[in-house]
Amino acid sequence: MPADAVLDDLTKVTDDRVREARPDDAIDGMPSRYVATPASTEETAELLRVAARHGLHVVARGSGTKQRWGNPPAQVDLVVETTAMTGVVEHAAGDLITVVRAGTPVRELQDALSGADQQLALDTAIPSATVGGTVATDTSGPRRLLYGTMRDLLIGITFVRADGVVAKAGGKVVKNVAGYDFGKLLTGSFGTLGVITEVALRLHPVPATQRVVSVEEEDPAAATRAALRVLGSQVVPAAVEVDQPTDGPVTVAVLLEGIEAGVGARTAATRTLLGAGNTVGEPPGWFGTYPFSADDVGLKITSTLMGVGPVLAGARSVGRRHGVPVSVRGSAGGVLYASMPSDTEPQLVALVLEAMRTVAATYDGTVVVLTAPAETRRGLDVWGPVAGLDLMRRLKDQLDPDHRLSPGRFVGGI
Amino acid sequence: MDTVRLAARLREEIGQANVLTDRQELRTYECDGLAVYKVMPALVALPETTEQVAAVVRACVDAGVPYVARGSGTGLSGGALPHADGVLIVTSKLRQILDVDPDNQRAVLEPGVVNLDITRAASPHGYYYAPDPSSQQICSIGGNVAENSGGAHCLKYGFTTNHVTGLEVVSPDGAVVRLGGKAPDPPGYDLRGAFVGSEGTLGIATEVTVRLVRAPESVRTLLAAFGSTDDAGAAVSSIIGAGVIPAAIEMMDALAIEAAEAAVQCGYPAGAGAVLVVELDGPAAEVEEQFVQVERHCELAGAFEIRIAADDVERALIWRGRKSAFAAVGRISPDYIVQDGVIPRTSLPGVLRRMGELSAERGLRVANVFHAGDGNLHPLVLFDDTVAGQTEKAEDLSAAILDLCIEHGGSITGEHGVGMDKAKHMPRMYSDDDLDTMQLLRCAFDPEHLSNPGKVFPTPRLCGEVPGRHKGAHPLQQQGLAEVF
Ligand SMILES: Cc1cc2nc3c(=O)[nH]c(=O)nc-3n(C[C@H](O)[C@H](O)[C@H](O)COP(=O)(O)OP(=O)(O)OC[C@H]3O[C@@H](n4cnc5c(N)ncnc54)[C@H](O)[C@@H]3O)c2cc1C
Repeated sequence: MPADAVLDDLTKVTDDRVREARPDDAIDGMPSRYVATPASTEETAELLRVAARHGLHVVARGSGTKQRWGNPPAQVDLVVETTAMTGVVEHAAGDLITVVRAGTPVRELQDALSGADQQLALDTAIPSATVGGTVATDTSGPRRLLYGTMRDLLIGITFVRADGVVAKAGGKVVKNVAGYDFGKLLTGSFGTLGVITEVALRLHPVPATQRVVSVEEEDPAAATRAALRVLGSQVVPAAVEVDQPTDGPVTVAVLLEGIEAGVGARTAATRTLLGAGNTVGEPPGWFGTYPFSADDVGLKITSTLMGVGPVLAGARSVGRRHGVPVSVRGSAGGVLYASMPSDTEPQLVALVLEAMRTVAATYDGTVVVLTAPAETRRGLDVWGPVAGLDLMRRLKDQLDPDHRLSPGRFVGGI
Repeated sequence: MDTVRLAARLREEIGQANVLTDRQELRTYECDGLAVYKVMPALVALPETTEQVAAVVRACVDAGVPYVARGSGTGLSGGALPHADGVLIVTSKLRQILDVDPDNQRAVLEPGVVNLDITRAASPHGYYYAPDPSSQQICSIGGNVAENSGGAHCLKYGFTTNHVTGLEVVSPDGAVVRLGGKAPDPPGYDLRGAFVGSEGTLGIATEVTVRLVRAPESVRTLLAAFGSTDDAGAAVSSIIGAGVIPAAIEMMDALAIEAAEAAVQCGYPAGAGAVLVVELDGPAAEVEEQFVQVERHCELAGAFEIRIAADDVERALIWRGRKSAFAAVGRISPDYIVQDGVIPRTSLPGVLRRMGELSAERGLRVANVFHAGDGNLHPLVLFDDTVAGQTEKAEDLSAAILDLCIEHGGSITGEHGVGMDKAKHMPRMYSDDDLDTMQLLRCAFDPEHLSNPGKVFPTPRLCGEVPGRHKGAHPLQQQGLAEVF
């Protein structure tokens, strides 16, 4: 089939919102043939039907902030951009829900909600990220401790399957147990099960007051003890974050949210829990940001609460042993991010990764390489061991039997 | 099916005493909490370990026989209704609390553990398990997982799915699979999230890891009596509109109050058209301030009496009326249907008005109990089976109420599940494509449809396609439901 016949068919669906791909449309180094920007769920479905007919491999792209997460796709023929599917479809403030199109930047959604003093209670480290991309990569931030993550906030989803069929699950009420919860499956699926076009989200009121109590501790063990005192208390923190630079003291920052009267008393209680040297103020600059920049090596390390101290200490000692500066930041609830400079030797990255996987596994956790320079990632098992992989493969085979959606990006080569 | 041979194999695998074939004994298991459906299972298996559950499932697979999991049998949608030719796998001998781990804020449980026992085990450490279905004194955590059960306190704390961090599952091919654990965010598809709420159709949960929540510093509860459900609803709106998220807001209408009064003498204010039970919990200073706000919102909305629980005993008294409401309706009506639907909370006044009309048209009474904060209604349709035609009328009214929920953008079930009972209503909420897609998950887990077949979906999907070798027409094309290229 000549390439222009494919382009012709794609053009029939999206008119001028389809074009041949440019070099900068490559997905994580893998060049594409076409880029299309559908304006609706229906158009996305028609595009995917054309793609199915021509056997095209399809990668969905929001604002493109995390296209270098996971593995590069094995093949890309068509990039489906969600950026023309934007806007809030519905904001029912009294019901604390919103329905929003997938290409809407999270920041725009938050702006739209703020008029009603409401929010999507999910922190996005990179605010230009789209709602759909945030669902697909399942990112979260400090306040996951109180509000949970996308899986807890997403109440309905519309997506397009590899064969171009539009499917919906859930709805727009917070409470609903009718049918399988496909929203959970699409959350964190990295574009391998379908193209998300619209989601319904549960909202929360914007708290009247926010305050941060921080303390600097001498070492990881002391910092963890401080964090655990707060986590085991009744002050109900919205977040307990730790920031551990390569060397030197480790900071613990506790975010309290609520009404003024309550936050005042809780601040006092938190200060007592954190002990000498604590300060009260605004969130520090690093709060809610990743310790890595786009070109660095970025890891996500999970563990039980009791594993947070060993992970922090482990990162320091492994870094020292291999002469790699490793910094760590994240939630003392057991979700930490580690960073290594972009020019770290790939073998050293592999050694640090392996050592951290051993520590995390002792505490029921895992380490995923979120991002790294392409040549570094090539030699790594970025997802690590995954339980239940056989069932995951079977699910993929059912939804995308020809493996045309973001092939190879996800766990176990899915 | 050769029941005798299967029974012999099961006895070998899990022991003589753990396999029931006697009709008298089987009768105990012929229905769940929705007693209108009754089916006698061919066999009942009572495994004592995960390995035994897996052995029973493999025996069923080998014999090509369907099986159904059962916890405590309190389900209200016929989810645990047995299969006449199948094995009922009951978890009542899997009742160990394996690990209470306050340091990591987790507990690990066998599936038969009773919901309330988790909180009992955790409370000496200052923790509790948040999802609290009204049946919590008997229902099992395995059943909670299967139904994604809710409870009065789910408005603030979320449902079962928000509290399960790990599962061990015997999948329908007899394999033992771990999905998640104590740590957050396991990589890969969130199969644990999909399993929760799958009503026993994706396999059997043999171990459940749950979050334990730190007990709040302060809990305040009030009961407010209103002239009408509209007034009570207005109070709910202004509380939520003010940015307060109570731990619970429950509403009962006059008929439900009457029933509760007859059953448990809860002493709710006389003459109330509706009562609200509002509970706030959290840090003391926060709760105090917001509690005053809640009282004010109730007064402004026209509450004629507000009672504040002074201690745990008084709190229990306030809750008693609400928690006994379903069974209580038995005191004022020979028969009743417990409905479970969801509407956007703000549609409440209109929906209640319409429900009043629907019930008047059919000459039947409807008592209403609901989780007012999240729009989850439990209309109780009262009828008398001995009066000719009333049962049909009641069923019709009950279905019309579901239609009303769907019209308002809600759901046909908020917590009781689809099960046997509502499978027929699924197409009113979802398109054929939606249902077909959901069943692809079913096909991934259970291509032979042996795990709780006939539940949730009105028509099973054929899972014939061999994975990765998708050939020929798509089933939807064959049915003429999808475009053929
Ligand atoms: C008076 C009363 C009040 C209730 N109040 C509430 C309420 O407030 N909120 C609420 O959500 N529900 C409520 N329910 C419904 C019911 O209690 C819940 O659905 C409960 O979770 C069922 O648990 P069970 O152990 O009784 O499960 P069962 O009834 O035995 O089974 C329910 C479903 O779970 C499946 N199942 C059971 N165990 C497993 C397992 N280990 N693995 C896989 N599947 C399994 C069964 O196959 C079936 O489909 C109430 C019921 C009653 C009778």
